[in-house]
Amino acid sequence: MSLNLSSSPASPDSPGLADAAAFWKSAYVHLPFCAERCPYCDFAVVTVDEGGTGSMVDRYVDAVIAEIAMEEPFGPLDAVNLGGGTPSRLTSAQLRQIVDALDEHHGIANGAEMSLEANPEDWTVNFGKALVAAGFNRISFGVQSFDEDVLRSLGRNHSADQAEVAAREAIGQFVTVNLDLIYGTPGESMASWEATVDRALGLEPEHLSAYALTVERGTDLSRAISAGATAPDPDDQADKYEHLAERAPEVRLVRYEVSNWCRPGHHCRYNLSTWTMGEFIAFGIGANDHRNGRRSRNVRRLDAYLEGIDAGERPRAGSERLDEAEAERERLAIGLRLTAGVVAGEHGERFLDGPEGARHLQAGTLARQGDRIVVLRPLLTDAVARATLSVPN
Amino acid sequence: MADQSRIRNFSIIAHIDHGKSTLADRLLERTGAISERDMRDQVLDEMDLERERGITIKANAVRIDYEHPSGDTYELNLIDTPGHVDFSYEVSRSLQACEGALLVVDASQGVEAQTLANAYVAIEEGLEIIPVVNKIDLPAADPVAVAAELAAVVGGSPGEVLHVSAKTGEGIDELLESIVARLPPPDGDPNASLRALVFDSYYDTYRGVVSHIRIVDGSVAERDAIRFMATGLDVETDELGVRRPKMEPMPGLDAGQVGYLITGVKEIDLIRVGDTVTRAEAPAGESLPGYDEPKPMVFAGLFPTDGDDFERLREALEKLRLNDSSLVYQPETSRALGFGFRAGFLGLLHMDIVRERLEREYDLDLITTAPSVAYVANKADGTTLAVRSPQDLPPPGELDTVEEPVVEVMIITPSEYIGTVMELVQQRRGEMGDMTYLTPERAELHYRLPLAEMVMDFFDQLKSRTKGYASLDYEPAEYQASDLVRVDILLNGQPVDAFSTIVHRDKAYVYGKAMVERLKELIPRQLFDVPVQAAIGSRIISRETIKAKRKDVTAKCYGGDITRKRKLLERQKEGKKRMKMVGTVEVPQEAFVAALRLNE
Repeated sequence: MSLNLSSSPASPDSPGLADAAAFWKSAYVHLPFCAERCPYCDFAVVTVDEGGTGSMVDRYVDAVIAEIAMEEPFGPLDAVNLGGGTPSRLTSAQLRQIVDALDEHHGIANGAEMSLEANPEDWTVNFGKALVAAGFNRISFGVQSFDEDVLRSLGRNHSADQAEVAAREAIGQFVTVNLDLIYGTPGESMASWEATVDRALGLEPEHLSAYALTVERGTDLSRAISAGATAPDPDDQADKYEHLAERAPEVRLVRYEVSNWCRPGHHCRYNLSTWTMGEFIAFGIGANDHRNGRRSRNVRRLDAYLEGIDAGERPRAGSERLDEAEAERERLAIGLRLTAGVVAGEHGERFLDGPEGARHLQAGTLARQGDRIVVLRPLLTDAVARATLSVPN
Repeated sequence: MADQSRIRNFSIIAHIDHGKSTLADRLLERTGAISERDMRDQVLDEMDLERERGITIKANAVRIDYEHPSGDTYELNLIDTPGHVDFSYEVSRSLQACEGALLVVDASQGVEAQTLANAYVAIEEGLEIIPVVNKIDLPAADPVAVAAELAAVVGGSPGEVLHVSAKTGEGIDELLESIVARLPPPDGDPNASLRALVFDSYYDTYRGVVSHIRIVDGSVAERDAIRFMATGLDVETDELGVRRPKMEPMPGLDAGQVGYLITGVKEIDLIRVGDTVTRAEAPAGESLPGYDEPKPMVFAGLFPTDGDDFERLREALEKLRLNDSSLVYQPETSRALGFGFRAGFLGLLHMDIVRERLEREYDLDLITTAPSVAYVANKADGTTLAVRSPQDLPPPGELDTVEEPVVEVMIITPSEYIGTVMELVQQRRGEMGDMTYLTPERAELHYRLPLAEMVMDFFDQLKSRTKGYASLDYEPAEYQASDLVRVDILLNGQPVDAFSTIVHRDKAYVYGKAMVERLKELIPRQLFDVPVQAAIGSRIISRETIKAKRKDVTAKCYGGDITRKRKLLERQKEGKKRMKMVGTVEVPQEAFVAALRLNE
């Protein structure tokens, strides 16, 4: 199946697509509920033990719908993305309610990307059908690995086989299926990763995201490492990334961002728009939006969020509006993550002409391509991004 | 006209921590110079740095009015002296303003090397010494034994030693009476032409140069036209006064008195410490005996991390020198570090203090290269070259001999540590001299040691091997020829002059290897492989490689939280500010300091 987009550029890594993405309108909804918190996760999450079940979920859904109505109409939406937490823990009825609310208050365009995140253990064929009926055409599975030992150490609650079955069945139902993978978990051998890659590519998903295991502050993982557990090895992660990058083209997956691959036409609109300074509305705890040149974020605590909504107020934790120069710097630093790179603009030109730019050009980490700056070694993207931030205004 | 017979000018000589400042406080408090409320611990130490390190850097002069039990009032001028081995120069300066000195020793520690050294200086100056045993309140105190030690040092009898506790105030009254009874009054000629000794000066932003003077002969009043004899400078006195310790202006100062002098002069070089002040008209014939310029013993390169700060560094050094004429410096260029200065210090402590002041008071971000000593290179063509920084050393082919400064070291240590002290000295190319026992438990050892071996944490090593009990004093001796070579460090094939050091050939390999390994730890991975090598001339003696970094990216872009991603990058960028580009290699500022302190 393919998504019938009227003007879909040929390749996911094309500059034209990146430029178009800046104008898409997206909506993000955060559904924080999880069975347990994975040791590496620092997202805004509410576990079952923390009360994230039953009537609490109902209350939250009502609150999110109320929040959707508080936002000034922002339609029509080209993309809707439900993330979390584990959105697949909600019922299809609840998920449909949320989609309907977005349509009602903001409008969802025909052919919009409608995506949600799911855990393999929540999947059934019937659930899939109900989701499609509710309007979803994209599903993203938190697979992480096909190695049982790695799955256990990442705190995942599904088996490799479960993940495979879910992926296969979903591929038959949804326009785009994404598999999320994590590499570089301490204890994961190169052979283990190669086997995971092999199995993932064997399923021929339309989209693949692969992330190096990152130690975030305040997580169980970081505490374990402070107490002496082995930390992920960046050189090992570099090797594993390169292995995937080498093999992905075998199933026509094109890398279009540092950690994201897809087949033509199956790029994630929501993500692409966030990487290109696109504007998007967002709802739920810890949600971040970008509208009218301002980036705002919601409170992370569930109780504070619900209180705010009950009081009829948008539960904001803070916001910032960047001036032109700062926004330009941001555009460059973030946009370099795309394979298509970024239009240099005045700031980018000054960077390239200066000592930092020269250093990177010489080291071969980036190149000029027409009026764009393109990172040639994606593993060193942050080094380049930092260098662009060092250029004075 | 002040009655000289009622004046006593004295200093307190003591080892660090033996309670000199507390004793000074106590004298001030007992005589009512400061009220209980005003009293801060160690009032005389004006700088924060001094208080932090518990040491005195600047000499300060305070006048105390003391009511003797006889009913007469005496003017006691207390001149505070620094208490560290680096500053024996300052000690002798302030002692020339006095007739006597309190030689203070901690009753629980005993006589230390420094006490001895300074005592000898005082005796040479012809001062009358009152030996004092302090801290008798401590449980570990053994005043009788220490009094005996002290008496032996000054050549008196234990009965002449006073027992006090500055902390509790015990014995203070007797001490004050002894100062009056045992120290001679000044005996200048009040009718002769003015001669006053400038024994210290400092720079005040508002008032200009403030000098501390001791009137030897004659007198001086406000608005007098005076002359500084060495520089020939004629000025009018703006203000005269005494410190109590707060500055109190006076209409004039007479023979035998001590006070401060402000003339409105802003250039410190016009007022030399050791100079004599006299009248502009009918000046005195002969000046007072002055001082020798102090000789710097230790040199280091001072470079601003940001090249744009060079001017600020220069101004800061100028200002520091106003208060510290023993600080010498000259401009120096480093290929690695740009424009800076090579500065000379009286010792390692002096260097540390100057560095901290530059960073703290003048807000400068500095790179300090390794402390080194001044060598003398005798070239094959017969010429002689002063080598103040390693770059100055000519290549091996052009050299005949290289000489290094050697110092005479005196160490006082508990006998149980004699073995480990001897081991340390031997490791540092030291030559044992004689050894005497002050008491069966404490020995005094004499050595000759190359100064270069001392500047690398010798003092810290000594302290750690002797659990802090040993003390040290040193004096320059002479220059002697040694088998010295320069070890260069190359980053990515380029020599980094800031890391070059001159070492003894026998130690070159170990040094080179340690340096290279240390730098490998301290320098972060770059975008390409970086070879780090140590070399003598063109011969590589050690090598490591810093492998290129493979990964510098956060895999996930946090979904819609762009702000967080950008802030993370900005924070990381800030963290890199203390990086210096050396050729194409990013070297953190800390690497320069840390690499050169290999034993820490």
